[in-house]
Amino acid sequence: MIELQILLVTAAAVFCIGLYGVLSRKNAVLVLMSVELMLNAVNINLVAFSRYVFSSNVVGEVLVVFIITVAAAEVGLAMAIVLRLFRNWRTINLDNVSKMKN
Amino acid sequence: MQLFLTSLTASIILFSSLGVVLTRNVVHAAIFLLVTLIGVSALFLVQLAEFLALVQILIYAGAVIIVLMFSIMLTRETEQTAVSNNTGKLMLGGVSLLVFAGFCFAIFMTDWIIADYVSNEAGRFVALGKALFSDFLVPFEIASLVLLVALVGAVILTREGREGA
Repeated sequence: MIELQILLVTAAAVFCIGLYGVLSRKNAVLVLMSVELMLNAVNINLVAFSRYVFSSNVVGEVLVVFIITVAAAEVGLAMAIVLRLFRNWRTINLDNVSKMKN
Repeated sequence: MQLFLTSLTASIILFSSLGVVLTRNVVHAAIFLLVTLIGVSALFLVQLAEFLALVQILIYAGAVIIVLMFSIMLTRETEQTAVSNNTGKLMLGGVSLLVFAGFCFAIFMTDWIIADYVSNEAGRFVALGKALFSDFLVPFEIASLVLLVALVGAVILTREGREGA
């Protein structure tokens, strides 16, 4: 009982920390890292539910596998976009980059 | 014992993720993120999700951090960005705290029904593999397609384009 709540509160805290990072950071790479934090918070939540509430099946862990896959794809694409931005604009400050077309 | 390990890993995750969003140095943020991800992996291990702990180390600590480090090194800004206004950050922190309070309210108002942990003798590994290749076969294949498309898209985006923007 108490362990499930520790896990859920931890996940909620990490999610909100990531939310703060996404909202307050200007550097595109730092925004990416905060998005990773939010994804990991969701993973902690899924594992906690899979362990304590729906422990008769492994659906939660399967969902975590899919989330990790999508996160890996997202990081690869985002790095490509960041490099492209840097080549075109010489900056990755998100306030200065407001359109993708030159 | 398990309660102690859970609390320990949870506090490591909390402090290092705070470090990710609060530090000024980008490389330090990446190192803090690495500590957070390894902490999440340890948490998975404590919660008996061994396969996920392995995958977490392999993909996040092995691949994602390296990619992030590459993008940090390749996009070094020459001048440090000017100080942003503190009131805006304070407001955003307030918004995040408000969301956190909402989550906590929901967590502690719900009376969770804890199911007994079923430990089948084959283990979670076997159950996870069976679920992936029976009930979740189509999503599994679509996930591989997503990875392929992301790979091709990343290559096309970073190539010195003939007609590229």
